[in-house]
Amino acid sequence: MSHRLPERDRPWMIRTYAGHSTAAKSNELYRRNLAKGQTGLSVAFDLPTQTGYDADHELARGEVGKVGVPVAHRGDMAALLDGIPLDAMNTSMTINATAAWLLALYIVAAEEQGVAEDALSGTTQNDIIKEYLSRGTYAFPPEPSMRLIADTIAFTVDEVPSWNPINICSYHLQEAGATPVQEIAYSLSTAQAVLDRVRPRVPEETFPRVFGRMSFFVNAGIRFVEEHAKLRAMGQLWEELGRTRYGVDDERLLRFRYGVQVNSLGLTEAQPENNIIRIVLEALAVTMGRDARARALQLPAWNEALGLPRPWDQQWSLRIQQILAYETDVLEYPDVFEGSKVMEGLVAELVEGAREELAIVAEQGGAVAAVPYMKTQMVESHRERIRRIESGELKVIGQNVYTEAEPSPLQDGEDGGILRVDPAVEASAVEALGAWRSSRDNAAAETALATLRDAAEDPEVNIMHATLDAARAGVTTGEWAAALRGVFGEYRAPTGVGEAAGAPSDDALRALRDRVEEVSTALGRRIKILVGKPGLDGHSNGAEQIAVRARDAGMDVVYEGIRLTPARIARTAVDEGVHVVGLSILSGSHAELIPTVLTELREAGAGEVPVVVGGIIPPADEAALLEAGVARVYTSKDFEVTRIMGDIVSLVAERNGVVAVP
Amino acid sequence: MIENRADRDATRSLLHEVSPAALGGEPPAHVIGITGPPGAGKSSLLSALVAEWRGRGQTVAVLAVDPSSKRSGGSLLGDRARIEHDPRDDGILIRSTAAGGRLGGLAAATREAVEALAPAFDVVVVETVGVGQSETDVEDVCDTVAVVVQPASGDVLQFLKAGIMEVPDLLVVPKADLGDVATRSRRDLGQALKAVGSSEVPVLAVSSVPPPSGIEELADALAARRDGSDVSARRTRARRGAALREFTFEHGERALRELGGRRAAERLLEQQDTAASVTELLEALEAAR
Repeated sequence: MSHRLPERDRPWMIRTYAGHSTAAKSNELYRRNLAKGQTGLSVAFDLPTQTGYDADHELARGEVGKVGVPVAHRGDMAALLDGIPLDAMNTSMTINATAAWLLALYIVAAEEQGVAEDALSGTTQNDIIKEYLSRGTYAFPPEPSMRLIADTIAFTVDEVPSWNPINICSYHLQEAGATPVQEIAYSLSTAQAVLDRVRPRVPEETFPRVFGRMSFFVNAGIRFVEEHAKLRAMGQLWEELGRTRYGVDDERLLRFRYGVQVNSLGLTEAQPENNIIRIVLEALAVTMGRDARARALQLPAWNEALGLPRPWDQQWSLRIQQILAYETDVLEYPDVFEGSKVMEGLVAELVEGAREELAIVAEQGGAVAAVPYMKTQMVESHRERIRRIESGELKVIGQNVYTEAEPSPLQDGEDGGILRVDPAVEASAVEALGAWRSSRDNAAAETALATLRDAAEDPEVNIMHATLDAARAGVTTGEWAAALRGVFGEYRAPTGVGEAAGAPSDDALRALRDRVEEVSTALGRRIKILVGKPGLDGHSNGAEQIAVRARDAGMDVVYEGIRLTPARIARTAVDEGVHVVGLSILSGSHAELIPTVLTELREAGAGEVPVVVGGIIPPADEAALLEAGVARVYTSKDFEVTRIMGDIVSLVAERNGVVAVP
Repeated sequence: MIENRADRDATRSLLHEVSPAALGGEPPAHVIGITGPPGAGKSSLLSALVAEWRGRGQTVAVLAVDPSSKRSGGSLLGDRARIEHDPRDDGILIRSTAAGGRLGGLAAATREAVEALAPAFDVVVVETVGVGQSETDVEDVCDTVAVVVQPASGDVLQFLKAGIMEVPDLLVVPKADLGDVATRSRRDLGQALKAVGSSEVPVLAVSSVPPPSGIEELADALAARRDGSDVSARRTRARRGAALREFTFEHGERALRELGGRRAAERLLEQQDTAASVTELLEALEAAR
């Protein structure tokens, strides 16, 4: 066999995860990126859209247009895709709880362009289990959520055959601390749970095609050699699963198809320019070997740990892909790792480890039942990673080693090196919503919603038909989701925090415990801390690690979880009599929500309880928060969790008139 | 204030003020213990019950007790986020406490908190995690104890048979999507109860997942258990038992011997007013040393 390909491979799909503020602005951004050479779209939706709330809902406050584009109805979708021919575009939508809805809006927008369903290509992420495990943008309980997933898959396999109805995600698992073995095992377990759920809904002859349409969204971390092995291992196990469990034998349908976003967890706030190198190496891991190459790639920007990327930042990441695809020779050869002893050894190791973990999940009854188990495992892996960073065992250049740095010219500008969403975006979204509602045929919308509710109540009915009709009738995202919430109920996923094992004690932790005892004795009761996340951001890893460390330090921790309103936080702080409130926000809604929390606390009579905030908070905002009355602000540069805890203990001591011992 | 172990005077005087003796009778609150293994569905059940009680115009206080870490002394409290309620509703109070370092038992502060809350709320719930010795304490603090049992879990049956757990007043099986399994486990429980001679303990199936079912019946059954029992007598017995345990914990076995032993202590307590609070009973024991 020749060591060169007869013809150069076509490159993977080049995407940039993008969207913010409004549909119109995002459309502008998409067109610019397409003109720069991007070959597919990757839509980022804002949190209210992802969780099924309209801009005027209490929980949407501060979140509209921040981490993605708000799409409330078919009008917004049309504006988002204006001038983009949908029969020629491949669009990936990162949408989960509301995937069925956004898919319907996409189909309706195509209809309005005169493009038929069967000409559409793209992906809806639609993986609810990883939402429960790490991302937090779920809406309904597990069973109805799985039903919605099965409905979209059963619908698209015939009606929109080039569509990937689901991207089983291992990406977010790595972001939440999963090891490669866990990433492989938990994502494959999820795939199994989905396939088992869909199987009874489609004719047996269609099922192999369903298997073939399953695709994955995988992470690529900085240990890029092992990461490449991971992809090969996943491919091997996927084929095995298809053959043995699902009776699929068509080779084309057994191929492991996946897209990638490279690791963001490891991107540093300190010396952020280093992140570009990390991103390049990780991109290499998923493009270099032909047998396990990504179908689509999206790269974060160098400044993702600081805030939203600007067009220039996204362009830089786009150029990485283009240099890899067009300047290098990676696409000219058959698989370069075939026959490599190292690669084979790594793959075998990972396959074995994954098989064990797969068996454990299976024993528990599958992915859905094992959510608490998987969650706890990841909380512990993440804690272990943090410990290793704190101790210096795991080196992160610029963050815990080689930390002295020249001032960076990249962050000199007025904008501080990030994009800021205009806060007025929210008010105009609310206004536009009102205008939309008054100009549509409300009777038709009501009827559509009633039909939707009926469809939801019958698990045998495929929800897509009623959903499409609702989309055409001008129903909004919040209305669609509220109708389903009424039928399916609300849900709060297990936090994984209560069952997480205690940390091994090191000197620093022991010293911290002593201080906590001292201060607690002086106070007369144990230091009590409330930890929670206001708003819609569901990325709870940071908050979880703080909660677990606080417990290990000897504090009583009231872990409230995600999706809290300021009123709720204040009420809990008062009822629980906490000494300090710790809040985590990564979605950029801190400027709106934190001051409201402070006001609510004051009004509830708990104004002297200090509030500390952690998350993604640009330096300029830090100052504003401190001025508003926040006691401390911690961002990812404060990676030493024990030190943060010590700081909090001192804060409590100080505020309660206890003499602090250094 | 009650949790502050450094300054006990304020607590003692508060408890004096709201003791049955001071108020002229037992507070009419229904003190309910809800316990069961983690993951059994207590939180969603409680959310539904709280909503039901509020719907009936009753005020509710929930004390959620979690174990403390032996290693660090800290605790992760309440998966509180699960008891859904309107943050602006003043008719509900939810507070999480740690069990503290007490070997097999609720912290004294929890019992005292119940004493303080009972005059102010119609229903006081003490929610504990796990099955084990803390449940004995729960019995003493509460008028009625309901154990929530996970469908298909074998744990509770084992504990019942081994006598580790006192027989509860009610067993609750959350249905939660599990249809057949829940029905089967309910049958199993019924049989296990017969085996330990307590076939009268009602076993209720509930579902807090929409559409909610069995919640009204559960609230009714809880109220019925209370109405059918002699609350005063039970509480008096419980208070006396608690005072004795507190005394022994605080002062040790030696102090108990100084009183003339356990029997003598019990006789001394029986002479006290039936409405005496635990604090008052404790003081009586301490005075007799």
